[in-house]
Amino acid sequence: MNIEQLLAKRVLVLDGAMGTMIQRHHLEEQDFRNAALANHPHPLKGNNDLLSITKPEIIKDIHRQYFEAGADICETNTFSGTTIAQADYHLEFLVDELNYQSAKIAKEVANEFTALNPNKPRFVAGSIGPTNRTASLSPDVNDPGYRAVNYDQLVIAYKQQVKGLIDGGVDLLLVETIFDTLNAKAALFAIEEVFEELNCRMPIMVSGTITDASGRTLSGQTTEAFLISVSHIPLLSIGLNCALGAAALRPYLQILSNKSEFHISAHPNAGLPNEMGQYDESPAYMAQQIEVFLKEGLVNIIGGCCGTTPDHIKAIAEVAAKYAPRPLEKLQSTDNN
Amino acid sequence: MKKDYTLKLSGLEPLVVTPESNFVNVGERTNVTGSAKFLKLIKEGNYDEALAVAREQVEGGAQIIDVNMDEGMLDGVEAMTRFLNLVAAEPDIARVPIMIDSSKWPIIEAGLKVVQGKCVVNSISLKAGEDEFIHQAKLIKRYGAAVIVMAFDEQGQADTYERRIEICERAYHILVDTVGFFPGDIIFDPNIFPVATGMEEHNNNAVDFFRATKWIRENLAGAHVSGGVSNVSFSFRGNNTVREAMHAAFLYHAIQHGMDMGIVNPSMLEVYDDIPKDLLEHVEDVLLNRRADATERLLTFAETVKQKGKTEKVDEAWRSKPVEERLSYALVKGIVDFIDADTEEARQQFNRPLEVIEGPLMAGMNVVGDLFSSGKMFLPQVVKSARVMKKAVAYLMPFMEEEKLKSGNTSNSQGKILMATVKGDVHDIGKNIVGVVLACNNFDIIDMGVMVPTEKIIAKAIEENVDVIGLSGLITPSLDEMVGVAKELERAGLKTPLLIGGATTSRVHTAVKIDPHYSGSVVHVVDASKSVPVVQKLIGKEAGPLFHQNIKEDYAKYREEYANRQREKKYLSIEQARSFDVKVDAKNIVKPTFTGTKVFEHIDLEMLKAYIDWTPFFQTWELAGKYPQILNDEVVGKEATKLFKDANLLLNQIIAEKSLQANAVVGFWPANRQGDDVKLDIAGTTTTLHFLRQQNEKASGQQYHCLSDFVAENTTDYMGGFAVTAGIGIEKLVAAFEADHDDYHSIMVKAIADRLAEALAEYMHELVRTELWPYAPNENLSKTDLIKEAYQGIRPAPGYPACPDHTEKKTLFNLLDAEKTIGLSLTDSYAMYPTAAVCGYYFSHPEAKYFGLGKIQKDQVTDYAKRKGLSLEETEKWLAPNLAY
Repeated sequence: MNIEQLLAKRVLVLDGAMGTMIQRHHLEEQDFRNAALANHPHPLKGNNDLLSITKPEIIKDIHRQYFEAGADICETNTFSGTTIAQADYHLEFLVDELNYQSAKIAKEVANEFTALNPNKPRFVAGSIGPTNRTASLSPDVNDPGYRAVNYDQLVIAYKQQVKGLIDGGVDLLLVETIFDTLNAKAALFAIEEVFEELNCRMPIMVSGTITDASGRTLSGQTTEAFLISVSHIPLLSIGLNCALGAAALRPYLQILSNKSEFHISAHPNAGLPNEMGQYDESPAYMAQQIEVFLKEGLVNIIGGCCGTTPDHIKAIAEVAAKYAPRPLEKLQSTDNN
Repeated sequence: MKKDYTLKLSGLEPLVVTPESNFVNVGERTNVTGSAKFLKLIKEGNYDEALAVAREQVEGGAQIIDVNMDEGMLDGVEAMTRFLNLVAAEPDIARVPIMIDSSKWPIIEAGLKVVQGKCVVNSISLKAGEDEFIHQAKLIKRYGAAVIVMAFDEQGQADTYERRIEICERAYHILVDTVGFFPGDIIFDPNIFPVATGMEEHNNNAVDFFRATKWIRENLAGAHVSGGVSNVSFSFRGNNTVREAMHAAFLYHAIQHGMDMGIVNPSMLEVYDDIPKDLLEHVEDVLLNRRADATERLLTFAETVKQKGKTEKVDEAWRSKPVEERLSYALVKGIVDFIDADTEEARQQFNRPLEVIEGPLMAGMNVVGDLFSSGKMFLPQVVKSARVMKKAVAYLMPFMEEEKLKSGNTSNSQGKILMATVKGDVHDIGKNIVGVVLACNNFDIIDMGVMVPTEKIIAKAIEENVDVIGLSGLITPSLDEMVGVAKELERAGLKTPLLIGGATTSRVHTAVKIDPHYSGSVVHVVDASKSVPVVQKLIGKEAGPLFHQNIKEDYAKYREEYANRQREKKYLSIEQARSFDVKVDAKNIVKPTFTGTKVFEHIDLEMLKAYIDWTPFFQTWELAGKYPQILNDEVVGKEATKLFKDANLLLNQIIAEKSLQANAVVGFWPANRQGDDVKLDIAGTTTTLHFLRQQNEKASGQQYHCLSDFVAENTTDYMGGFAVTAGIGIEKLVAAFEADHDDYHSIMVKAIADRLAEALAEYMHELVRTELWPYAPNENLSKTDLIKEAYQGIRPAPGYPACPDHTEKKTLFNLLDAEKTIGLSLTDSYAMYPTAAVCGYYFSHPEAKYFGLGKIQKDQVTDYAKRKGLSLEETEKWLAPNLAY
């Protein structure tokens, strides 16, 4: 059964935070190095994507924990897997391997679980992060016309990541945590080019981030403007993740749900970080908030972002199983004029 | 069921073209081919003015703006990229979708690569054949834009009804069937040609356009129709009255036929119903080709129509407001147009240019900060505000330099500030904004960028001898990184103030986790607007040290508040807590000059005056602030000064008349710690003092304090006690004032007596340390140091945070025989009378520290009750505020 067919039947569950789970291991600089990187002259600690290569067992174990908790889809550990993001660590040369390995180990774990229970197939979504540069905002306030990265550079970087992910065996692609829509458009452009070159297609999920109280993306777009800006590609789903907790996400999900003909996804944080930088929302609390979305039929895919753990996903999966997914034809009913 | 072919476009906001939206008007002034003014601005590189043209369009009601850079002398790709990048930074323009207008594909592509919203490409056509058309359409789809298709093919531009519909139909099917273009994203431009040209073959131009429009809308599902309206009136250049009427009439009919988008200049458009009847008739005769002599007649009539000219209506009401409000408005709205003039006006109102920055400009930025934090502004708008700020500051710079030259101070920098995003973090938008705002205020910014390792920050700080270090970070691991930087700064022996900022940082985290590791000032800054006053205070020569002290005290307070909130959470068992006790070093034991008690009567009040800590005196009167600065405080300074004067008058009178008597009793006894108790040897009999131990969980490696820890075990150590009062005789004074209904002085005398009692406790403690129990015989502290308790040893009082059990006062009073010796008694609820009194214990060891007990658990309370020989119930009653259960 493919993912579209599954989505027609039930709400699918995405996994939770990778960073939060990695932090539990209290890793040190040497954990981010292997023999090949032993003499890399720059600090690597904090480059979590790298762990797919240097500590694959840790990453596989995290995937495993999320699948055990009931996730249908796990995300590859590739949030920063572009030459642009890896430039901070001077690891541009490792990007191919990083995406390939991350996809490969995630797929291995997914296959383990699918084999155990073929009625609940597990999927791997290649995680494509926003990079750390914005194509439509100037980092130099003195020169608003300046750009630290341009579209062509983004397309090249994203194409490389997408190829690595596809080579490694992902089932879907997830362009996520979009704070600048132009970056996302470049990612989608890159994906389309790769599809054309490889003569293949796979489902694409897109997930934006509302960053502040104004209800806009960092680059200033409203939720609906964001939706319109990325709807030119047939998407499996569009949604929102990160930045806000579940409750705060709801009004924006409603907009997406009302205006979009795609499936809707949400993977909120476990609340906002508190003043000590920790995420407070307990699994039960978060599941309760998410139950509100489910009751209202707002979502098709639900999971967790920063601060969420397998316990959160377990609680979310349990509540998601109780509700029918948002009907895809929702839009058409308003189109009888 | 009809398919949903709605055209949806976006800038920062959506533009959804529904049947109800009637007509979408596209602003046409940002077009170098259509506007000589805009071309001149772009050629001169005057992008500020060029943006103003775009803004005017949007403010004037354009729902989309058309941008065209097709001019032989321009690098079109460069100009398109630059202009659209600048537009992206102008939220009031960027809120609408962009129409990327060019006949050159590379320029179109350049535009598509810099706009985040869904644009319209204007235009492509079949002019160069199907292959190129398909290639371009495919890419436009991939870039995510709608497209205007010109009715133009390999044979040329369509100029008849038949050619128009033939080309449009062909193009539609290629787009929908071959390319997979969304039908709603297809907009046809069936060519608006001039009428009334004098050439007969042009007479039907408008009619053909209307008919083709109708056909397209009826036959090509989902497709839209657009066009450049001003073309139609080309023959009447110079006669705006006719042109405006012609545009309005053309639009009216075109819309009737289904045209739903058009490029129009709103200032060149009359309202259809406002067109004079005769003019309208002549115009419509031409447009609709109603009579053979229509052109002739309109030309003649045109001569008679007087130019009336339209006046532009822009909301300029804010210009008449006072200059402060204008500056604030300009900052909030991001308007640079008048900023120089307004800044100049403000400059003339202030003594110094800097005051303009610190006054109205910062006030405006504070408004921006507040709007941002409440979600009423968003980031690009804030960035714009920062630029207005910068422009105002740039205007003031020469004046400030001039002032510096005059004063002989050639350095025009207020100070040097190092800024860095900490290691492991790559976010720098907020840091950059802070940098700009500070730079605007004349600080030198050394920006080290992102992912900066601690050692580099420190090396740079030393090398550049910076005045302030600003650390930024957005992700949560950066919080720990900042703690690391603070520790290393301390190790490097630096005292440079540290600013902490970034989305996940907080005042509490700064207070709890960062501040304790660094002896320099550490300040959390909520947003950029707050950074300037903070930095100025940190660097200020006069205010700096005081600000440092205040900040340290504030953050200690936040820490304590946080600890209090957390305390309820986790506790160690009393057994565990005891294993983390403090052990004093027996080699520091000093023998007092006597054991037993000694009484001091009629202590000289004049001498005590110098020991008074006045700050709590002002708190009694609910005036917030520290003495002596409070006397000059902007808000309460006047009030405080008056109060202080009255207090001293009364105090001097009391001293002269000796109307209050100050007495003290001090005792020292051989002492020995036994667990949480201290056993005193009173001439061979044992008296036990009972203490309580902290139980709320702390970070590992920390100790769990109990006052008994400050006395040595298994050897002869010493402990002291004291009671003092400055309230003997106070009843008489109070009664006299009250008889006069003079509440003011009745309160005043009590407040003064309290201060004298505290001063006496301070004085006695000093006497103890240096003479009576000379463990610090050479101590030489200023009175401020005394108030700050910068001496060795402590004098905690029963009933206060370290030993909150009031009932222990009874034991102390018995030991000192206070009632008999100095006339100080205890009430049933263990309050002292007269109230102007202090009592407490003396501990001499260097390890002795003040602490708060916090909440305790039942296991300790049960044990404590047993030690005191009281019932659990009674013990719980006295310890109620400290019970964690």
